[in-house]
Amino acid sequence: MEERVLTRNIGRPGSETLKAYRDSGGYTALSRALKEMSPEDVAERVTRSGLRGRGGAGFPTGKKWSFIPKGTGKQIYLCVNADESEPGTFKDRLLIEKDPHMVVEGTALAAYAIGCRRAYIYIRGEFVHGARVLEGALREARAAGFLGRDVLGSGVDIEIHVHRGAGAYICGEETALIESLEGKRGHPRLKPPFPAVVGLYGCPTVVNNVETLACVPHIIERGPEWFASLGPPNNGGTKLFSVSGHVSRPGVYEVRMGTPLRALLDEQCGGVAGGRRLKAVIPGGSSVPVLTADDIDVALDFESVAAKGSMLGSGGVIVMDERTCMVKAGAVVARFYAHESCGQCTPCREGTPWMERVLWRIERGEGQSGDLELLLSMCVNIFGRCLCPLGDAAAMPVRSYIQRFRDEFEYHIRERRCLAAGGFS
Amino acid sequence: MISDATRARINELFERYPDRRSAMIPLLLLLQEERGWLSPETMREAGEVLDLPPVRIYEVATFYTMLRTRPCGKYLLQVCRNLSCSLVGGEGVLRHIEKRLGIHDGQTTPDGCFTLMTVECLGSCGTGPVVQVNGDYHENLDVAKLDKLLDSLT
Ligand SMILES: Cc1cc2nc3c(=O)[nH]c(=O)nc-3n(C[C@H](O)[C@H](O)[C@H](O)COP(=O)(O)O)c2cc1C
Ligand code: FES
Repeated sequence: MEERVLTRNIGRPGSETLKAYRDSGGYTALSRALKEMSPEDVAERVTRSGLRGRGGAGFPTGKKWSFIPKGTGKQIYLCVNADESEPGTFKDRLLIEKDPHMVVEGTALAAYAIGCRRAYIYIRGEFVHGARVLEGALREARAAGFLGRDVLGSGVDIEIHVHRGAGAYICGEETALIESLEGKRGHPRLKPPFPAVVGLYGCPTVVNNVETLACVPHIIERGPEWFASLGPPNNGGTKLFSVSGHVSRPGVYEVRMGTPLRALLDEQCGGVAGGRRLKAVIPGGSSVPVLTADDIDVALDFESVAAKGSMLGSGGVIVMDERTCMVKAGAVVARFYAHESCGQCTPCREGTPWMERVLWRIERGEGQSGDLELLLSMCVNIFGRCLCPLGDAAAMPVRSYIQRFRDEFEYHIRERRCLAAGGFS
Repeated sequence: MISDATRARINELFERYPDRRSAMIPLLLLLQEERGWLSPETMREAGEVLDLPPVRIYEVATFYTMLRTRPCGKYLLQVCRNLSCSLVGGEGVLRHIEKRLGIHDGQTTPDGCFTLMTVECLGSCGTGPVVQVNGDYHENLDVAKLDKLLDSLT
């Protein structure tokens, strides 16, 4: 179950330094790739490894890289998505602060594979410390010849820059990230064209999550077959889970893909805090449908979680015990998406604050009969009707809270008070 | 006026991008760090540096929550109000700050020392409740730790 690949250095003193990274074999994958492999070889290994994007959607990484058109004469860009703003997710921050060179090496390998000479790490503005650590790692890597002109005498140029955001969840969405990097408001673009064809500065662009790229050096070093064998078919590797809420030992856990959620919670995290009973678990960040306590015998891979009606998402696991009011949990989640809607699309701009208002009204004991039908109809009218999935990210959880905890919502409306108490403090 | 030292840092920023406009957010963060907030005058200067009309600066400055178009206290207390923090005591942390400082969300103490803001998830949910004070995260807070923290800020 537990398998420390990405987190193998974490906890060691000085793990963020070049020396510590090299002592554990760091940058050998990059040296080998530049000497012995063509860019296509690197991409082909990543494809065979079964690596899928860790940013939320689980798109096969090798396939994404293959969409970059060849021979256009344009620059090719790589954007590393370090926006980490899906509530309940705090794994990329750990990698960035504690093992930044792994992120740098993975970025350099991906850049080599797609023919990119200049990559940007887009890091959320609040991660002031993380940005500083990354800048330090980039300076060290440049000085040691792992970045810059003619990397390790290979004739290949790879430059990586840190770019700080300034507080906007939507900039985690890949086209909003690109707009923001171009110095504009973070407004998602209409797709197609996809970034692989028209991305940053109108050039072919790959956007990958931090954790996705951190897997790449290990795939090159230990082989795609080894990586694939860590998880079920089409779910290669390990996965970082950020576990928070009512749990005995919150934190970031690295387990093999396909590990049962129950084992993660009970064996790794010590179960529900205070020996209380479990009520609900969000498995993949606040935008995915909630699971009930009866649903946690599920393998943590993309297909199995989807079969339970939720999503693996970013691996942000939020645990709620028996005292938690699900109406309030839904309202807090809805408030977030209402706050973060970029305002471009009417269903999302108008619908998310409306959902939030109705949920708080129910929570306060001022709900009206028909409010649940109203909320569910808003979910229908937002879902799939916007430029980007932010509206879906609001509609999916709200619908799931009502469907799976409907008796609690009805009690709130009928009795004008709450069934549960003490979950929020 | 933009100092020579700041100019040098801005020029470094420009080298990172093929298009100057990409330096927008880093530039605004830099100016805000120096001046505390982005006044209309600062935004006009930023526009000159980037060779863009002031509206292009203003539309960005009003989009991102970390960019401030109003002055703020010496210490900006940003309290996470998202789900994970709320489940482990975030609401109590907010109530305690409000009571102790006598201000609410968006307000500044009369002496200009503290500004209180509730914010969404700070990416630190496993160590909640979290309050970000200027650039620094303070994690696993409770009332006693909070009092110690506030005592240390003057
Ligand atoms: C509203 C929204 C927010 C997102 N936030 C993030 C984020 O914070 N970090 C991230 O890596 N991906 C985020 N994504 C997913 C990205 O759009 C993109 O799919 C991802 O970065 C691709 O990288 P991957 O293939 O390596 O997963 C978000 C998507 C949406 C729709
Ligand atoms: S919920 Fe507070 S940091 Fe994520």
